[in-house]
Amino acid sequence: MSLAFEAIDVTKKFGRVRALDACTFSVPAGRIVGLVGPNGAGKTTLLHIAIGLNAPTAGRVEVFGTSAAEDVLTVLSRVGFVAQERPLYRGFTVGETLELGRRLNARWDAAYARRWVENAGIALEQRVETLSGGERAQVALSLALGKRPALLLLDEPLGGLDPLARRALLQELMSASTESEATVILTSHEIAAIERTCDYLVILGRGRVELAGDIEAVVGAHLSITAPPRYEDLIKSRATIVDAQRAERQISALVRVSGDVQWPTGNGLEVRPANLEELVLAYLRRARAERTAK
Amino acid sequence: MITFRLDERSGVPTYLQLIEQVRSAVRYGMLRPGDQLPTARDVVAQLAINPNTVLKAYRELERGGVVKSFPGRGTFVTDEAPRPVARAVHEPLRRALRRWIADARRAGLDRDAIADLLGLGLRDAFEEEIA
Repeated sequence: MSLAFEAIDVTKKFGRVRALDACTFSVPAGRIVGLVGPNGAGKTTLLHIAIGLNAPTAGRVEVFGTSAAEDVLTVLSRVGFVAQERPLYRGFTVGETLELGRRLNARWDAAYARRWVENAGIALEQRVETLSGGERAQVALSLALGKRPALLLLDEPLGGLDPLARRALLQELMSASTESEATVILTSHEIAAIERTCDYLVILGRGRVELAGDIEAVVGAHLSITAPPRYEDLIKSRATIVDAQRAERQISALVRVSGDVQWPTGNGLEVRPANLEELVLAYLRRARAERTAK
Repeated sequence: MITFRLDERSGVPTYLQLIEQVRSAVRYGMLRPGDQLPTARDVVAQLAINPNTVLKAYRELERGGVVKSFPGRGTFVTDEAPRPVARAVHEPLRRALRRWIADARRAGLDRDAIADLLGLGLRDAFEEEIA
């Protein structure tokens, strides 16, 4: 299977701060990827390196086998990128914005870009500054779609949007990805939205990849366990504890298992499948604990 | 045609929710043999979910013999799909259930408490059968 995105041992230092630290993962083509992590984890930096807005201190990021450091034009011709601030010219109309897209891009599908704007119920004559935040987000996404990108990189596409605008944007995104079969990588703090829309997960904790893989497989390999503390050794003998909260009378742990593990029943031992949210939280907590310990 | 809805807080995986809604619609005669399911593209656009989730649900339903997909035409309920429960059977039961729920509310139980109680009742009934 071909890879849409590959980070190979990427390190990025800003002064003495390591924004990315030997970051390695890959994304098969056709996936919709949720890239999650706390603020400052390096998500934006990674996307910027992928499209040549930033150079890595070490390592490389490849988009369909090409690194922006070597051939930025080839990379840009395949990537649609929407930055966190969704930059648009406020004084332009929506139509002028799309025209700008046509002039700035070697490959441009004007009808396609226009269709997404119109689907969103936005008139071409409207000025960008008169649009709501949600409409601006949809125009920015339509602009990125006009290139007919093979890879869409969306930095916090849901940030600052109300629930209705969020839904509308995700509808546009999911419809477009169904039609175009583009690979999508989006960053977000909205685990519920990721659960709905993504089939691949990358957890970034402070510049390091904590976990990367198919969401269903990843979720299926984790369990959520609560038990009296005396069960801790038994849990450890059957699974790897990712993160555990210990109270006087109870341990609650998120664990990773391989294959089918048998658990004794009763006596306060409760074992159930993990959900995405507790899984992400567990990995992020672990990352923070390791960092503090250093 | 049925319209899917999702309960994000249920913890039930999305594809299983879709499967259950189709099965339920077949069971109660809202979907009959020959009826078409919404196209994957429509479901994706309506619910804003991952396209593979819809395809997976439809694949599972097809494996269970409930629907069949014809490339380029769509996905249809098969003649082999389970027969619907007769109206004469489920309507009185539903009415009785509605009365029971009204009693529970009058007794001060809220929605969650009622759902809990139903779950417990089901467990009692069916686990006794197994045991």
